[in-house]
Amino acid sequence: MRHLTAALSACLFAAPAWAALPEDGALNFQPAATRIAERVHEFHNVLLWIITLITALVTVLLVWVMIRYSKAANKTPRKFSHNTTVEVIWTVVPALILVGIASLSFPNLYYQNVTPNLGQIAATSNALLAEGKTAEHLAYTKNHFPDAAEKGFVNVKIQGNQWNWTYTYMDIQDESGSALEFVSNGLHKGRASDPVDVGPRNLATDYPMVIPAGRYIRYYTAAADVIHAFTVPAFAVKTDAIPGRLNEGWFLVDEPGVYYGQCSEICGIDHAYMPIEVRVVTQAQFDRWAELMKTGDFDAAAASVREVAALESDTQFASSN
Amino acid sequence: MPMDEIALDHSHDAHDHKPGFVTRWFFSTNHKDIGTLYLVFAIIAGIVGYSLSGLIRWELAEPGIGPMLWIQTNFFGLEGDAAITAAKHFYNVVISYHGLVMIFFMVMPALIGGFGNWFVPLMIGAPDMAFPRMNNISLWLTVGAFILACISMVVPGGPGGNGFGGGWTLYPPLSSTVGHPGPAMDLLILSLHTAGIASILGAINFIVTILNMRAPGMTMHKMPLFAWSILVTAVLLLLALPVLAGALTMLLTDRNFGSQFFIPNGGGDPVMFQHLFWFFGHPEVYIMILPAFGIVSHIVSTFSKKPIFGYLGMAYAMVSIGVIGFVVWAHHMYTVGMNVDLKAYFVAATMVIAVPTGIKIFSWIATMWGGSIDFKVPMLWAIGFIFLFTVGGVTGVVLANAGVDHALHDTYYVVAHFHYVLSLGAVFGLFAGWYYWFEKMFGVKYNSILAGLHFWLMFIGSNVLFFPQHFLGLQGMPRRYIDYNEGFSTWHYVSSIGYAITLVATIIFFISIAEAAIRRRKATSGNPWGEGATTLEWTLPSPPPFHQYNELPVVNTKGGH
Repeated sequence: MRHLTAALSACLFAAPAWAALPEDGALNFQPAATRIAERVHEFHNVLLWIITLITALVTVLLVWVMIRYSKAANKTPRKFSHNTTVEVIWTVVPALILVGIASLSFPNLYYQNVTPNLGQIAATSNALLAEGKTAEHLAYTKNHFPDAAEKGFVNVKIQGNQWNWTYTYMDIQDESGSALEFVSNGLHKGRASDPVDVGPRNLATDYPMVIPAGRYIRYYTAAADVIHAFTVPAFAVKTDAIPGRLNEGWFLVDEPGVYYGQCSEICGIDHAYMPIEVRVVTQAQFDRWAELMKTGDFDAAAASVREVAALESDTQFASSN
Repeated sequence: MPMDEIALDHSHDAHDHKPGFVTRWFFSTNHKDIGTLYLVFAIIAGIVGYSLSGLIRWELAEPGIGPMLWIQTNFFGLEGDAAITAAKHFYNVVISYHGLVMIFFMVMPALIGGFGNWFVPLMIGAPDMAFPRMNNISLWLTVGAFILACISMVVPGGPGGNGFGGGWTLYPPLSSTVGHPGPAMDLLILSLHTAGIASILGAINFIVTILNMRAPGMTMHKMPLFAWSILVTAVLLLLALPVLAGALTMLLTDRNFGSQFFIPNGGGDPVMFQHLFWFFGHPEVYIMILPAFGIVSHIVSTFSKKPIFGYLGMAYAMVSIGVIGFVVWAHHMYTVGMNVDLKAYFVAATMVIAVPTGIKIFSWIATMWGGSIDFKVPMLWAIGFIFLFTVGGVTGVVLANAGVDHALHDTYYVVAHFHYVLSLGAVFGLFAGWYYWFEKMFGVKYNSILAGLHFWLMFIGSNVLFFPQHFLGLQGMPRRYIDYNEGFSTWHYVSSIGYAITLVATIIFFISIAEAAIRRRKATSGNPWGEGATTLEWTLPSPPPFHQYNELPVVNTKGGH
């Protein structure tokens, strides 16, 4: 537990590394890639301190009574069985701690769960600037992104199937008005014939989900057959994809890179083999990818984001390509 | 049994005459024999459930598909992709039945059927349970349910092979004909229905016994805490199981008779199943842990030679855990797309449970405070329980926060959490009770060295097994995965080593049973624990006579718990 907290504290102050893969032997979250994840991690750090201290308190008390009141140390047991004061204390103090936790928990929950109103974000930001409230503006833009809000949402529908994902970009349409839609398959199926050197095992896909950096992404999850769950650990995002339902969520990633996730609701034999690969690229690159996708040349499109993402973040993602 | 009472009794009870073997063990109406049968049954089911978890840890020791494929190749003669597909399905079957068997056929029969049957009547001064024949029906329905579950494992299930591979939570559409068209799921529904009926009958029996058959002078507020824990558990069972039965029935008619409760094409909703399931499922986790709370209270008091601290607070903490347990179910479903205000409610309600749980932890420590603690084996298990349950409890507070749960839901963090409270909580409570009452139940002493070794290896092994799973979960390792990226290797490997240590501990457990059976060191008195053991079962010889309390004990007005 001590190492865990030490690692956690180190993580708080270290510069973000933007690795998006599970790291062998790691003790903590994958580095945060969204503001949602940052806030989850900050909150979890507080929780980790609280629960570590509570566990330490219980352990110390247990060890103390085991030593002080062992048969050898204390021959005659005392007979008390009530003490109103301590009973009130250990009822009220935990309740107060929980109120404290809840006060941190709710803002965090509402931030990640309520899809932002982009018009309002731009307006609030402008109003704050117009009134010269720079400090407030700085605080506001920590959680809200006026520049991105001006550009509107990038909408993606994510559908879980047994056992792959279908991504639909409703706003990107070809001449006939059909939305850009493609299926993303994992490259590995746990077979001896699985390709090697094509990306991280059980995480890499043939056609990744591609999104522009620094844009508000609004996603909808759906499912064709059974329940699946769309997850990217680095985004701290997880939404079930349920037949007959359309769930909504949002996130915004600043740093271009490759982020991996895996289906997180048991869905049958290939549950472990329907990964999620999200490539976050510049707007220009995203537009080029979209054009290539519209021509139907999925391989060229996928190649276009593979190369450039690797180029841009060479030092950070060398291992993931 | 007072001598003058025996003289007055003309029946064969005077010589503690027991019926013949078949009548005694197959048509039993005696609460102690039924309790013993439940314990034997739980041990058999435990071997099955524990072996299944061994397969899981064996497979996950290294990345890639290994042992599962080996089994398919060597035992079922499959080759190539067919073997791989079968291996993947088999793994899902293993994790599903591990959960179901451990919950319905190991922990519940052992804690409620076994210790509940044995010690509720003894502790409250009753000659037997209120409905002895119904007690027998409960037992054999549970056995039948287990047989149905075992059959369901080997008949066609999903497209990949035999058995149901959708997790113990049975979510449709994976559990409907879309995911598992074969009869395995139907058999499993029948099995759980049967187990549910058995538990409901048992619950009624316990409630009636505890409310009506307490010895003269034993008011509710003097009743031993174990009886309190079983009473609360029985009420939870009575209220929760019919909801599961309803959900299962709807699933059954969806599968077989064209109804569409959970099928979206027909206007149904798969999420409704989850609400019904967890309305049962959350009280179910308290059903598994409350009897352990009761057992630990008695052990801590006995070996500290002190009365239980804050008896009323302890009793009503269990009652409030039971009540609140019914209004927090959707914290298992934070990711299904619930309204954010609803999530906020479930966050708040869930965290409230930490308060009565905290009262219990601190009261156990306060019971030890000022005592004269004798570290006999049951006490080791009880102290181990308090520590491990605390660790499992605090990660529950983390998961209660929906915001954090979005990152941790369905990862190994959750697996670590519920194994700390169940595998290390309920099971440690179970072993604590086993060693506490071993001599009382069987009339022979266990070997303290073997029992101590069992404890220490289990304590170390299960921590090595489950603690690293927190790290895996934080890194994003999803649950119910046969294979994983190399980035998760180290902690999975450590976790599997932990399992190997618990395997040694479990072998020692069986050696200790065999040793006690062979050596037959007879109990010399009815109370091996001395002045701290104040409940009524210790006033009887070990083992107790076939029929006890021919003359009801009278609990004096001072004390009694």
